Amino acid sequence: MIEISHVNKWYGPTFQVLKDCTTSVAKGEVVVVCGPSGSGKSTLIKCVNALEPFQEGQIVLDGVKVNDPKTDLPKLRARVGMVFQHFELFPHLRIIDNLCLAQEKVLGRSHDEAVAKGDKLLERVGLKAHANKYPAELSGGQQQRVAIARALVSQPTVVFADEPTGNLDSATSGEILELMRDSVDELGQTTVMVTHDARAAAIADRILFLDDGLIVRDMPRSEPHDVLEAMESLAAR
Amino acid sequence: MTMFGNLDFDVIRRSLPYLFLDGMSFTLMLTGLSALGGLIFGTLIALMRLSSYKVLGRIAGLYVDFMRSLPLVLVIFWFYFLVPYIGQWLTGASRPIRVGAFTSSLVTFIMFEAAYFSEIMRAGIQSISRGQPAAASALGLTYSQSMRYVVLPQAFRNMLPVLLTQTIVLFQDTSLVYVLSIPDFLGAASKVAQRDGRLVEMYLFAAAVYFAISCVASWGVRRLQARIAIVR
Repeated sequence: MIEISHVNKWYGPTFQVLKDCTTSVAKGEVVVVCGPSGSGKSTLIKCVNALEPFQEGQIVLDGVKVNDPKTDLPKLRARVGMVFQHFELFPHLRIIDNLCLAQEKVLGRSHDEAVAKGDKLLERVGLKAHANKYPAELSGGQQQRVAIARALVSQPTVVFADEPTGNLDSATSGEILELMRDSVDELGQTTVMVTHDARAAAIADRILFLDDGLIVRDMPRSEPHDVLEAMESLAAR
Repeated sequence: MTMFGNLDFDVIRRSLPYLFLDGMSFTLMLTGLSALGGLIFGTLIALMRLSSYKVLGRIAGLYVDFMRSLPLVLVIFWFYFLVPYIGQWLTGASRPIRVGAFTSSLVTFIMFEAAYFSEIMRAGIQSISRGQPAAASALGLTYSQSMRYVVLPQAFRNMLPVLLTQTIVLFQDTSLVYVLSIPDFLGAASKVAQRDGRLVEMYLFAAAVYFAISCVASWGVRRLQARIAIVR
């Protein structure tokens, strides 16, 4: 589903943020990317979604070369869902309109169809009653649930989540992780999540560790003790 | 005899229909159309200035600096004499086209105000967090869709009080078309003043009307600002 080959990225002429990153993610797999602040985790998933350019290497997402100038990026991104640390809901639009915008303008769904699908997703995340509110009227946890619903409403094949629990308290973080796992179990989309949250290991099939731009470890969940130990040692840095 | 004993304020009452139906309606129409045109053209200039294409940014920057460096009254004169020749050049006509003082002044104000509105819109667009266009891109929206549905509505709402304040300044500035002998509100008041020899009464009245309208509009902007602010 995702092939990352020898990706190198620099900010400016000297600061290399990604160093020869190579890995792959299979269809339906849930991969958690961990590492200390500044290790390049967020940059890596932004490169995969073409939100950040990179200078060397190649990324293939669902059979499409991301860094090919001929690639229709809006079309590619329409098949990808993205959840941000700061939610990034559109504050001037009601919750239901946040969910309908891309459905109507990118996927060409009718307004009624978009509203119906939006309502269904809001029901799944337990926020149907808030459909006509504005984002600022919801709590942080509720906003992140809406952001997850917005990422899933286009029925993407891949979902990227950039520290989805980074701005939430511990209890709400647990709920968000549970929601993400449930949606993977139900919808089967490939998921790549960047996080500092050690509990995220519980929902992962594989865990990648980044340090100073390098993928330093690639561990399956079948080694839970090692995973937690590695996460804690990186979090302590 | 008091200081104002020789004044005849009845001249104002007698000329009210002319002052408002002709003069003020012209002033308001010029203000409204110039603000609308300036906003549209100014937004395009702001997008050019923020473009990743450096040439576009440079051209827009030069335009803004040029317009903001010139006195408005000079630009009004300049366009009044230049627009007929630009029209001739564009249409290939054999002689300068007749555009009239209204069209000429409207073009002037749109071009001039666009420079100021563009700076306001630029600040508005830059006030939107970078995560918003990133989220729009991540949803598959194109650059123009992201601007149209996500960035500009927020920027416009953030900047609306400043845009309206600039429009109040524009409303006052339209009185400069007086130099082209156009009967805007001040021009109409001036004509009555000259005709009836009542300069003090008419210019006092004109000042009071500009003051009242600008004050009420500023008060309205403050109220609107409180109502439309986007809560984050």
